[in-house]
Amino acid sequence: MKIIVCAKQVPDTTEVKIDPVKGTLIRDGVPSILNPDDANALEAALQIKDADPDTTVTIVSMGPPQATEMIRECLAMGADNGILLSDRAFGGADTIATSSQIAAAIRKIADYDIIFAGRQAIDGDTAQVGPQIARRLGLPVVTYVQKIREFKDGKVIVERQLEDGYEVLEVQMPCLLTAVKELNTPRYMTVHGIMDAYKADIPVWNHDDLGLAPECCGLNASPTQVLRSFTPAPKGKGEMAAGSVKDMTETLVDRLNEKHLI
Amino acid sequence: MNAYLEPKHEMVRKLVRQFAETELTKEVIDEIEETHEYPKEIFDKMAKCGFYGMRVPQELGGQGADYRSYVIMAEELARVSVVSNIWATTPNSLAGGPILNEGTDEQKEKYLKPVMNGEMKICFALTEPEAGSDPSGMTTTAVKDGDDYILNGRKCFITMAPIADYAIVFARTNPDPKAREISAFIVDMKLEGVSTGAPEKKMGVIGCPTSDVILNNVRVSKDALLGEEGSGLRNALATLDVGRMACAAQAVGVAEAALEEAIKYSKERKQFGKPLCKHQAIAFMLADMATEVEAMRGLLYQAAWMKDKGSKEVGKFASMAKYYCAEKANEICGKAVQIHGGYGFMKDYKVERFYRDARVMTIYEGTSQVQQMVISRAILK
Repeated sequence: MKIIVCAKQVPDTTEVKIDPVKGTLIRDGVPSILNPDDANALEAALQIKDADPDTTVTIVSMGPPQATEMIRECLAMGADNGILLSDRAFGGADTIATSSQIAAAIRKIADYDIIFAGRQAIDGDTAQVGPQIARRLGLPVVTYVQKIREFKDGKVIVERQLEDGYEVLEVQMPCLLTAVKELNTPRYMTVHGIMDAYKADIPVWNHDDLGLAPECCGLNASPTQVLRSFTPAPKGKGEMAAGSVKDMTETLVDRLNEKHLI
Repeated sequence: MNAYLEPKHEMVRKLVRQFAETELTKEVIDEIEETHEYPKEIFDKMAKCGFYGMRVPQELGGQGADYRSYVIMAEELARVSVVSNIWATTPNSLAGGPILNEGTDEQKEKYLKPVMNGEMKICFALTEPEAGSDPSGMTTTAVKDGDDYILNGRKCFITMAPIADYAIVFARTNPDPKAREISAFIVDMKLEGVSTGAPEKKMGVIGCPTSDVILNNVRVSKDALLGEEGSGLRNALATLDVGRMACAAQAVGVAEAALEEAIKYSKERKQFGKPLCKHQAIAFMLADMATEVEAMRGLLYQAAWMKDKGSKEVGKFASMAKYYCAEKANEICGKAVQIHGGYGFMKDYKVERFYRDARVMTIYEGTSQVQQMVISRAILK
């Protein structure tokens, strides 16, 4: 099987602070990490490879040149190769432009059975790029995949997470699946993998490689306009109930009564 | 980033730190301290990450990493749990080292691979009650008997002996004490005549058993000989050469952790109406500790870099790193306890464990005084 995993290098938001005046993220000195949901997407691909060693796993990522470090991390976990889409022209891309560029790269790769993506990236939180790539490639898409049940007759049967349960879906391959954290626990890199990853050649594709004109990329092709960004006022500190379920239930009912909510 | 390190070394750090912080939780460490048992599950997970065959070439099934990667692994594991680092470095140095140095292809296949996969444990039986810093004074003998050798003697303070499958035993193959003819043998711990003493009750590094190995007329075939007859001491010293660097690395790790805890505590704890860190006496202690940690790190990475580059002077620098890092780790852990005051004396705080774990670092893998001998000989040549 041939698998493509879309991965993004993101700032570790647990360490990001917000500029109180501008309302923007202060990214200076914040470590960059593999987007957590994308690590689940990669793990899903690697588990398929564990079961069928003929599987190849290719990472596609768009970002600045330093995102090759994240691709190397994916290789050290077990991916076979990686491609970085990096070009000044890609800068300022919203989800529409991003998905256009990634879809162009996947068209160029041409041969694939499944595309995995994370549900969403922790910096933008849109959850749009995966489904948009599928739309552009004309592929079926299942979002919020929490379990891959089996492969049968060119189809994959998955569980899709819902708020109060899950649904079971059968999808014709090639298809695009977006992973949630419940899908698996990403594996560690191996030392052997790290050593190999630093010997690997990671090609960098620009707009010419993707056959896209600069005006069809990045900010030029992004209809999204950010008018203002701001930090929502923090909510008041919550109260944690403790004790047995019965105790906690009583506490909760008391509080709701006090506030005349019930 | 340190000038001696490359991006791949930082990636190794990322892996080991992620592993240590995820797996070696407070609960796990408390359990080890309580039961003196190391969880098999974590031992197996370390094998999967490749921590046991760091320097072994990939063609032999190892990780193909360099010395800088190796010391970073030791540093990062020791930063969270020194005993975990002992579990990880022993297969690399004491168990795997002698076989990698002088083993035949068959011996590498039979012993090195399972050691790297975590399927076999081998202990390194060099020290004797009367032969510690001077291993050439050992009295264990191996007497040729046809195609076999008969081993007799007693080894002490042998890390992992009670649970080892095999021991690399160093023994005299020439009874003349002046001959210094010492050979290494791979001895099956299940052989008749091999026994171990009760696990020692140690001050620190709890969770990895240490005991005597007693050899009473143990018959081994000539296939058990590791290297040539008489090459044992050379092999042991070459192994300890590598061990010195890993020991320096674990000293750096535990010192870093002690410093982090001391900084954290000094910000939280208030006395005389302000946090401890706002008192100059404490702030200056922290400044000294931080400066020393950086100096330790610099010396360690330089020594590992020299080893990677094949420098002839590495022996002196490895000894300097081991000597300086081990001594300073003790001082820094002591200061961290001091900053914690009475709480630092209690087992509820990590620095109590760091202090106990650091103590052995100036002793094993060549005492500070042996390192001073090596360094002084090198500079007085």
